[in-house]
Amino acid sequence: MSGTDGSEAYDGDDAHDDHAGRAPEGPRANGGGGPDHPHRPPRIPTPRTSVEDGGLPLPAVPDREQGEDVQGMRENLRESLRQDLDRLGELAGTVSPAPEPAHPVLKSLLGAWALAACSAEETAAVEAHLGACGTCADEARRLREAVGLLQRPDSLDLDPGLRTRVLERCLERRPPRIPVPEWALAYDAETARLDALLQDFGDSEWHAPVRLRWFGDEGARNRRTTVAGVIAHLLAVDGLVAAALGLDDPLEEGDAPAPPQERTERYWRDAHFPPTRSVRGPWREQTHAVVRTVSFTQGTGLLGVSYGGFELPLRDALVDRAFECWVHAEDIADAVDYPYEPPAPRHLRGMIELAVRMLPGALAQRRRAGLAAPGGESRHLVAAGRPGRSVRLEIEGRGGGEWLVPLDSPAAVGSAEHQVAHVALDDVEFCRLAAGHVSPREAAAGQAGDQGAIGDVLSAVASLSRL
Amino acid sequence: MAKKDAPPRWDRKMQQRLARGEAAALGELYDRFASLVHGLAHRVLGDERAADGITREVFVHVWEHPESYDPNQGPLRTWVAGLTHRLAVQRLRDTGAAALARGGPGTAEELEHRVRHASVAARADYIVQSMPAPLRAALELAYFQRRDYRQAAADIGITEEEARRRLRLGLQLLSTAHDAASPGAPPGYGGAA
Repeated sequence: MSGTDGSEAYDGDDAHDDHAGRAPEGPRANGGGGPDHPHRPPRIPTPRTSVEDGGLPLPAVPDREQGEDVQGMRENLRESLRQDLDRLGELAGTVSPAPEPAHPVLKSLLGAWALAACSAEETAAVEAHLGACGTCADEARRLREAVGLLQRPDSLDLDPGLRTRVLERCLERRPPRIPVPEWALAYDAETARLDALLQDFGDSEWHAPVRLRWFGDEGARNRRTTVAGVIAHLLAVDGLVAAALGLDDPLEEGDAPAPPQERTERYWRDAHFPPTRSVRGPWREQTHAVVRTVSFTQGTGLLGVSYGGFELPLRDALVDRAFECWVHAEDIADAVDYPYEPPAPRHLRGMIELAVRMLPGALAQRRRAGLAAPGGESRHLVAAGRPGRSVRLEIEGRGGGEWLVPLDSPAAVGSAEHQVAHVALDDVEFCRLAAGHVSPREAAAGQAGDQGAIGDVLSAVASLSRL
Repeated sequence: MAKKDAPPRWDRKMQQRLARGEAAALGELYDRFASLVHGLAHRVLGDERAADGITREVFVHVWEHPESYDPNQGPLRTWVAGLTHRLAVQRLRDTGAAALARGGPGTAEELEHRVRHASVAARADYIVQSMPAPLRAALELAYFQRRDYRQAAADIGITEEEARRRLRLGLQLLSTAHDAASPGAPPGYGGAA
């Protein structure tokens, strides 16, 4: 390789050359008309820009037989590399310094040339060469045609509803022997929707700032993170479910699981670096593993999942995680200015139903913390299972329903006779309140009756939210 | 961005889970391949609803006949792409022929030309998605972002020689979309590894 400059040597490494036998004829860079094809009309396709901008026809599709050439091109890379190197050696011995780049350099430029991505001098040199070198002209034409095949991917956001429709159709045609439990379907659907949202995110989206909001005992709280940080948060808290199922916990925990916020803070802290897009894979794998595993544990929907301070049955925990997934997907969508739809009505209804079931407990907790009105003149202690003072909660929309929420004890039964107030709000608005995204005072709710009771209920809904 | 090809173990496992009738496996299969399937079908048919239909057909077929995939013949991804291609091209030809039979404009020859064109375009998409990421990135810069190869080299942090190499190799791979443009192209769908 002596006397050959580095770039030429390097350049040969994928070069295809099926005319090595002609090599000893020497350089043709500065010749007019190749000796092999003295009368051949120029076979040079025009550079892409001028073809497209000038509206000229693209070169005709080559004969099908050329397919074999290309197959050979790909299979014989190694062989041709060797031949090229041999040729280079010969050239190096025989060539006097030429004003134009040598054949291998010009050949290496064919891709860039076809894409109109080289300098004017290089373009001119390549085109002069193409008039002289049949092999390069053949390849040039093929590559130019290949450029015509480059297309922007149809940037199609797959309709998220399509997943449900396709899967349902499949399962109708062949009922599954191991179905996904009904109560895990919302989690399956919401994690798939979020994953689809993340699909085309670049680094700027992954690092877009997100402000997570929730409602604590002290009122509105928030925490700054990034899109990747939100996914890390979901990964860490979903880990509670994973751990309960005996799967790997993304956090190495001691004996007692920590509550969601603590887990998240610890996960963020232990990562040493701010989370990046690399968090998507582990998050998605874990969601898939959870769905897969619960399918094999039919009937154990009552298995307890510890959230640190409290426990939820598995079936409720998955509805809760589906809800969180949607809420945070919306946080992410807002941060990057994408639209994001609410869940399918039946999934939304499951989420609302769970929140409503948790309300009496939340009311009691707030009362114990001195945040809700204690029993007053009209209030009486209610024996378990007995009807008590109630608020009628009417959730409008396709995910909605109507409930009587007992005010004074989680053990009491809601009662129309003891109804003291009526609150009506839209399904999605109710969820925003439960997510801590609107405050109890701002929530667009129609109200009638005892204002104090209504305030307690709306605040209790908001208190269900957490980081 | 296409996901990196999964190891064959995943393919084999997936096939077993589908054969066992595990609905969760079907969901995972969809999550991995739906955008590939829908994208290819859309490239062939140029219509959202038709692409939805092909997507449904492909997953129904895989779910009903998981045994028709043989892991020894190649990756599941390639097989799914081939199946999609076949069904989509078939649909294009059928709807075109039906339109001709109803006295629609055009000739059978033009229809065949259209089918071949759509077929090559879809295969080209698949090749671009499946080629090594460095080649795709170089093409992306040069073609869509109009960077010359020196700028592309600087953007990526590689030598100019390497940039030239990647552009040329990427186009060489892409040019194989013209090969085997006949219907029923698989096995070896798309050529690119």
